[in-house]
Amino acid sequence: MPLLTYRDALNHALREEMLRDPAVFLMGEEVGVYQGAYKVSRGLLEEFGPERVVDTPITELGFAGIGVGAAMAGLRPVVEFMTWNFALLAIDQIVNSAAKMLYMSGGQVPIPIVFRGPGGAALQLAAQHSQSFEAWYANVPGLKVVAPSNPADAKGLLKSAIRDDNPVVFIEGEMMYNTKGEVPDGEHVVPLGVADVKREGTDVTLVAHGKMVGLALKAADEMAKDGISAEVVDPRTIRPLDVATIVASVRKTNRCVIVEEGWPFAGIGAQVVDDIQREAFDWLDAPVLRVTGADVPMPYNKQLEKLAKPDVPKIRDAVHRVLYRGG
Amino acid sequence: MTPKSGTTTVARPATLPADDPATMRLLLRDMLLIRRFEEKCGESYALGKIGGFCHLYIGQEAVAVGTMAALRPDDLIMASYREHGQALARGMTARAVMAELFGKAAGCSGGKGGSMHLFDASVGFLGGHAIVGGHIPLATGAAFAIKYKGGDAVSVVFFGEAAVNNGAFHESLNMAALWKLPCIYICENNRYGMGTALERASALYDVVQRACSYDMPAEVVDGMDVLAVRDAVHRAALRGRERKTPTLLEIRTYRFMGHSMSDPIHGHYRTKDEVEQQKARDPIHAFAARLREQQMLDDEAWQAMEAEVADEVEDAIHFADEAPDPEASALTTDVYREP
Repeated sequence: MPLLTYRDALNHALREEMLRDPAVFLMGEEVGVYQGAYKVSRGLLEEFGPERVVDTPITELGFAGIGVGAAMAGLRPVVEFMTWNFALLAIDQIVNSAAKMLYMSGGQVPIPIVFRGPGGAALQLAAQHSQSFEAWYANVPGLKVVAPSNPADAKGLLKSAIRDDNPVVFIEGEMMYNTKGEVPDGEHVVPLGVADVKREGTDVTLVAHGKMVGLALKAADEMAKDGISAEVVDPRTIRPLDVATIVASVRKTNRCVIVEEGWPFAGIGAQVVDDIQREAFDWLDAPVLRVTGADVPMPYNKQLEKLAKPDVPKIRDAVHRVLYRGG
Repeated sequence: MTPKSGTTTVARPATLPADDPATMRLLLRDMLLIRRFEEKCGESYALGKIGGFCHLYIGQEAVAVGTMAALRPDDLIMASYREHGQALARGMTARAVMAELFGKAAGCSGGKGGSMHLFDASVGFLGGHAIVGGHIPLATGAAFAIKYKGGDAVSVVFFGEAAVNNGAFHESLNMAALWKLPCIYICENNRYGMGTALERASALYDVVQRACSYDMPAEVVDGMDVLAVRDAVHRAALRGRERKTPTLLEIRTYRFMGHSMSDPIHGHYRTKDEVEQQKARDPIHAFAARLREQQMLDDEAWQAMEAEVADEVEDAIHFADEAPDPEASALTTDVYREP
């Protein structure tokens, strides 16, 4: 299998889907001439032309709405947000237009659209550029929410998202674009709504999505040295959530720690805990714990930022607590 | 209602013929149907048969009817939440619209949309939308799709004058002009955004001047004159079809009723005199008088039209009353489109 970066895996998915279906087009800031703020769209303008790789003004509300309108009229837009922080200007179009159109039209007007771009914190970008909005969008019926954690999933999930007839919020990771991984040759499609056990284990289940999967795997490797066998479950799709796979893992390990980069209050982990306490109550040997971003706006200072983010020691501490281990 | 500036950036050559009595009477009938339909909506709301918010179109009929008369079946239309008139003028049946207002399964949106979300994709009517200005980018996107697919249809969007202070309006007009999208922006200037008069909300009185910022063709149109509206939309549609150029039309009209059913006819924000003065410009009376002058309408034809329209509305009410509610299972369908 070829080794690809997360960035190139997304690029290949876009290219293949644009070749497959002339109704697919890409729109956003700097996607064309500049080749993408993070170079995800590199080469696409040259291959598909400005009609299908559309550079927009800096006007998120406007171009998100234009994307939804184009979907109403039969196209399959991929709308790139330079980051999900900027998409707050467009959230009216995502929530009030895209998510509701099928329902309020009595099933007449589907919105096959993908909104994609990087989410979460990078390094020292401070409060307005370091946010995770998965929980916001996952709260909305009518939206699907996807957060791939490695290049193979990035490619396969983006292809599924583009082919889906519903609006999909596709949250990439700014810090992941350069990470490399094996991506299967040829047609590689990962269905939405199916979790993946990224590492098998017997003592504790770590549930993590997106960039946090890498952290959970790293923590699991380190804890293995201490004789702790951690299973890492990556939901891959936040909505619809593959509860069955998570619950099956917790029923096996009897302990669970949920890792997410977003804020704790009403976060993704809160939802997962709710599912676990209903579906696996009798299997639990300890309360489910969560490792989240700190409940503060992201600080700029490097040391403070480190304190605000989940890391391996925080995951290990939580695991020790659910295992009732000292130190 | 005379524009202060008189700004128009385009000449007005193209008009459609106005000498065919049958066509002219049809325009009158379409306006009359909306008027009587809306009056019945008011009654049905008072009876509790229509719920939620309900915004009547009485006074503005010439805008919807004039616009639709200039369009083709393959054009795409979006409107705000005051859209019963546009839906009827586009050819959606009084039954389907009234049943929707009554929340019934036979309604045009299956009873899930209501007054503010009328849809009929089969006639290109892509919704009533209820966030002020939020549908202006959507219609711009529909125009993008039309051009992308190489067609010569146009996308038409109705919104009130209060929406032009909103970013969605400006972002849309900028991109439509920049990318040459066949979109017709119809600002129905009825002078009030709910209870706030235009001059209390906008630094610029003449909405049409907003188009200058985007180098976009624009016209001020008398919204009480159905033929003036039709001809202006016809010109805009030609521009869209042939040159892929967007147009802003400021169509000056007036709402004879309150903002919604909870708002009295004049309230604190406008005087009774003003409303009465505007009612003297009633677009239906004006057009009927014109047809009489031109011997296209007599008492007999008028009475027959009134009777026919009354029957149609009565039938719609009866149909909506008798129609069943959606099944409970409808609650969870149409949230996602399944493959």
